[in-house]
Amino acid sequence: MEKFHALTGLVAPLDRANVDTDAIIPKQFLKSIKRSGFGQNLFDEWRYLEHGEPGMDPAQRRLNPDFVLNQPRFQGAQILLARANFGCGSSREHAPWSLQDYGFRVIIAPSFADIFFNNCFKIGLLPVILEAGTIDRLFEEVRSTTGYRLAVDLQQQTVVTPSNAVYKFEVDSFRKHCLLNGLDEIGLTLQHAEKIRQFELKRKAEQPWLFA
Amino acid sequence: MQQTLYDKLWNQHWVHSESAESNSMALIYIDRHLVHEVTSPQAFESLKLAGRKPWRLSSILAVADHNVPTTDRSHGIHDPISRLQVDTLDQNCDELGITEFKMNDLRQGIVHVIGPEQGATLPGMTVVCGDSHTSTHGAFGCLAFGIGTSEVEHVLATQCLLMKKSKVMNIAVEGELGFGVTAKDVALAIIGRIGTAGGTGYAIEFSGSAIRALSMEGRMTLCNMAIEAGARAGMVSVDEITIDYIKGRPFAPQGDLWDKAVAYWRTLRSDDDAIFDREIILDAAQIKPQVTWGTSPEMVTTIDGVVPDPAAENDEVKRHDMQQALKYMGLMANTPIQQIKLDKVFIGSCTNSRIEDLRAAANVIKGKHVAATIKLALVVPGSGLVKKQAEEEGLDRIFRAAGFEWREPGCSMCLAMNDDRLEAGERCASTSNRNFEGRQGPGGRTHLVSPAMAAAAAIAGHFVDVRKINN
Repeated sequence: MEKFHALTGLVAPLDRANVDTDAIIPKQFLKSIKRSGFGQNLFDEWRYLEHGEPGMDPAQRRLNPDFVLNQPRFQGAQILLARANFGCGSSREHAPWSLQDYGFRVIIAPSFADIFFNNCFKIGLLPVILEAGTIDRLFEEVRSTTGYRLAVDLQQQTVVTPSNAVYKFEVDSFRKHCLLNGLDEIGLTLQHAEKIRQFELKRKAEQPWLFA
Repeated sequence: MQQTLYDKLWNQHWVHSESAESNSMALIYIDRHLVHEVTSPQAFESLKLAGRKPWRLSSILAVADHNVPTTDRSHGIHDPISRLQVDTLDQNCDELGITEFKMNDLRQGIVHVIGPEQGATLPGMTVVCGDSHTSTHGAFGCLAFGIGTSEVEHVLATQCLLMKKSKVMNIAVEGELGFGVTAKDVALAIIGRIGTAGGTGYAIEFSGSAIRALSMEGRMTLCNMAIEAGARAGMVSVDEITIDYIKGRPFAPQGDLWDKAVAYWRTLRSDDDAIFDREIILDAAQIKPQVTWGTSPEMVTTIDGVVPDPAAENDEVKRHDMQQALKYMGLMANTPIQQIKLDKVFIGSCTNSRIEDLRAAANVIKGKHVAATIKLALVVPGSGLVKKQAEEEGLDRIFRAAGFEWREPGCSMCLAMNDDRLEAGERCASTSNRNFEGRQGPGGRTHLVSPAMAAAAAIAGHFVDVRKINN
């Protein structure tokens, strides 16, 4: 997993609530058996003027000039500012993969769907929850300021604006530890392999029908 | 200490906590791991690259469902990318010795239909799958939830998942559902009430006399859509209906083990004085047949309602979302739902493709014919065994005579990863679970309804109140 410490990055605003995983990465791109290359199809239906299919060369496709990520001022954005319930819908990890592959390292929203939120931590993409009022203010600032950047510090659990307003965010201590150190969660769990084996033996004795 | 069903399931599977904090990440043991072709290839690849093996093969059951064609399969899958994904699952399962129902196996079907059908889903289990509709299996008093691909790999390698305990919401539906009102309508009514983020951070337990009266298939429909209310898991406590459903299924225990299992399963209910983090009560008699009008399952109204007017919405973000949804759906505010004309009808998906769903739809269309304006009406059974049973009951003949196409099992037009899809601008009455933009095909417009409502709409060519037609 990719490590995450701190980042000062350009912010792109996506002003829509309930952005679902079908919008983040449409189903036709889930047929890939690889983990990379999804960035070119992030928000595919919104980003391009015509329908996309796997294998198309993105350089040959017409961009939708009205879609926020296509505006010149948001090129190179590493932080996505979003609305409530971001990432609702399916469990596809292709959604965080495509955001990360596109270049985002942080998503800031007032709330996230549970599975999406969880999936982000597994790959080193940081989801940050801030209060709805704060999010409204950030949307106003990013709209009115070209080149608007935020500083996100995971160690300090802060988001700092260009005018030095500091917003604290919560993060689970174990997830924070894993993200700061880029730890392999499977490796960590396997340190408890003996405990898992003991649990399994006990379970097998009590509920043998589960092990048939 | 009085416990909820969720507490009991959590405690039964707790292996280890990462810290002494009460809300620490914990290792939870997984009893059943269901696998399909879309979310597993990268997990198998990483597992192999790390030199690891599946922890417990007997916990895994695999099937391809998203990419499979619903038409003639004797020549395989013609789309090379879909074929590669299905072939990759077959290879991974063959190589590792994982039980898989292959595409032409009679037992093949949608993963959330075949788990219960085979008795591979049993009360008291933790059930996971790289698919958000895994909440379906909670109908059996399980802790069942969808996971991402990294977690698929984690379960393969360790038989455990790292997770935080959820809050628990009790949604009690009391009284009797009216004629023509189904579990699907209950699910949509609940989502309309609490919103698609209402269950975020919660596991939902469905309780109350109306839920107790539901069949297992109805309970599965309800739990299936818990994720559409934002809850990763939905569940119903075990009763005689649960136990009767499981008895005799291929993976279910037998003999002495059956008796022992049943004795344990009967304890899988929330204690009488258990405390929930949130409680909601619905009056079953007030629930009417539901139809979604927008691009989120919470954008729902009743069959006697109208498309809502964004101008009446005070919240600016919501008003904007409503305007966008109406534009995408090609609908005008205040249009009566019953005046919405349809192009296609889809009966299927992990929400509504079981035998009772097909019976309910067949009952509505018997002796009638699909409206001339409907371009395609599709029935896609949830599994090969559902299809076989329906054919034994003669349901396929009723559907075909009415002008429906009778297909092979799979996810099909719920998410259009195979050839079954909507074209841009086409409007569909669908028994599936998501009406997101482009879900059933780019530019396609989805209205979520129950099987009986979809069938009635197919005959009329527009939505009609299933309570007011004959039968």
